[in-house]
Amino acid sequence: MVTYVFLAAAALAVIFAILTVVPRNPMTNVLSLVVLFFAMAAIFAILGMDFLAAIQVIVYSGATLVLFLFVIMLLNIRKVEPFGSGRRWQAFIGTLVTAGIGAMILVIAGLLLPEHGAVLPGVAEVGTAIPIGRALLSTHLFAFEFITLLLVAAIVGAVYLGSRDDNDSG
Amino acid sequence: MWADMAVVGVKLAFVLAVMLTTVPIMVWVERRGSALIQDRLGPNRVGPFGLLQPVIDVVKLLTKENLRPEGVQTFFYLLAPAIAIAISLSTFIAVPFAQDSGLEVFGQPVNGFIVAPNLNIGILYIFAIASLAVYSVFLAGWSSDNKFSLYGGIRASAQAISYELAMTIAVVGVLMSAGSLHLQQIVDAQTGTWLGSLPGWNFFSQPIGAIIFIVAVFAETHRLPFDLPEADAELVAGYHTEYSSMGFAAFYMSEYLHMIVGASLITVFFFGGWNLPWIDIPFDGWAGALLSMSVFSAKVAFFLWFFVWVRWTLPRLRYDQLMALGWKVMIPLAILNFLWVGVGMALGYF
Amino acid sequence: MTPAEMVPVPYTWVLALSAVLFAIGAVGVLLRRNGIAIFLSLEIMLNSANLAFAAFAYRFAAGHATAAAALDGQIFVFFIIAVAAAEAAVGLALFIVLHRLKDSIDVDRANILRW
Repeated sequence: MVTYVFLAAAALAVIFAILTVVPRNPMTNVLSLVVLFFAMAAIFAILGMDFLAAIQVIVYSGATLVLFLFVIMLLNIRKVEPFGSGRRWQAFIGTLVTAGIGAMILVIAGLLLPEHGAVLPGVAEVGTAIPIGRALLSTHLFAFEFITLLLVAAIVGAVYLGSRDDNDSG
Repeated sequence: MWADMAVVGVKLAFVLAVMLTTVPIMVWVERRGSALIQDRLGPNRVGPFGLLQPVIDVVKLLTKENLRPEGVQTFFYLLAPAIAIAISLSTFIAVPFAQDSGLEVFGQPVNGFIVAPNLNIGILYIFAIASLAVYSVFLAGWSSDNKFSLYGGIRASAQAISYELAMTIAVVGVLMSAGSLHLQQIVDAQTGTWLGSLPGWNFFSQPIGAIIFIVAVFAETHRLPFDLPEADAELVAGYHTEYSSMGFAAFYMSEYLHMIVGASLITVFFFGGWNLPWIDIPFDGWAGALLSMSVFSAKVAFFLWFFVWVRWTLPRLRYDQLMALGWKVMIPLAILNFLWVGVGMALGYF
Repeated sequence: MTPAEMVPVPYTWVLALSAVLFAIGAVGVLLRRNGIAIFLSLEIMLNSANLAFAAFAYRFAAGHATAAAALDGQIFVFFIIAVAAAEAAVGLALFIVLHRLKDSIDVDRANILRW
């Protein structure tokens, strides 16, 4: 039963990933990505990582994609460009290489990794907030504080870049 | 496993039925309550005391012409009200509304009066779903081919994401003092008394947090004094200008559903959920469940009345005042509340 | 989620999904000319990396000697999410500045440093 839920979530993820890349309406792309993030959160939850599933929805769907929508709205992007035009050879070779890498990873995942068909217990004991919180504030404290610094730097940078100073030439 | 799902299904059906029935009651309360505050009569022709007025409103909305202007992007136009209702209904599955009395239905223990009892990340789930409410407003504003709708949509989304921060930080104080993300345990942590004489509710131990959360819920549900996104007389009708008949009914309904969820969250986080002020619920089984459910309903009803009361009492905040309040006042106060709880916990008061 | 219950999903399936999503995202980055679409495809690629970390955290959670990997994997995913959010913020701000200069969202137009 859980296997079917996983397969449904995986199918949704692939379909909406394609819908993020191929259609040319920016609103369609962003909303397909929202559904993709939901499917990913579902997969995290199936593997037992509840906290990560909630964080995925809160940060990605609820904040980062809202930022994308604001930018689309600010720049009033309604017209769209044709798909893959203007760079024919690059596009062709790039797609071949990507497909090759994807196929290689699929083969490794399918055949070469040990216990590739095994069914395992989920990470549920360490997937809730308490173990992760404890680890963040003890083992990984430096990285946690550094990420805070990074986010502050990103905020300051984004605010500065976005502000329009009418005295300079931009 | 099927008995388990049947129990969840019964709880879910009950919650949905209660929420969808409360919406017409709220419509009536809003109109008679506003009339009471404004010293006039309000609807009194349809049924005794105008009690059938919401029914007539629904009939009117259903029989109106379903107009769709020419330039709208159809799929997003229709998706926006659907998201609004789905979000507000989905949030309620993590909220406990009565005491866990050890009852049994279909031979399966009812695992507490909460639709999803095993959801250990209760608070995070609620904030995850609540942060998606921005999309309905945004899509409505963007897909209607209309400048006023766009302005309303931009203002509403910016307001929603700004007050989400203050709301989340205020709730972190509650989370710290209860020691768990699960709402059932947050309610259970508010029994008895605090410092010997006050009720154990979080409103008395974290008053700043409670006030910040209540104000933020007002802002998130777009109720006055924060309703500039729908400002009638300023932006026509803001983001739902271009919706008629069923679309408008859906937004109208979703506003009241959001209010119900907001009132329930205020009750659960800061006012003890289904706990009585100083004493515990003395019964078990059905009597205890019914008593706790009525206490919870009474508190939620009080907050719904409080929403209506504030709406017709306070004037609207201008948009820049609103944003300044959210970022420059509420977030620092919320962080102050966080420090208050931290120091209190270190000194042993919580 | 009840703890210690077997999850009937082999971890290699999760890795396979991660590979497919990575390929789709990479194709998007290479073939789209709209800056927003490139950012979105980049987000898909970052998410596929998250999924790979989650798959291995899940795989190593069971073994006694490798159980710490489960926690470390999830924390790494947490950090990737934070970094991706910061990167999206700054990237979109840069994109807005580019739009102001070139008045177009086509990244092929951003090929001369000054005009």
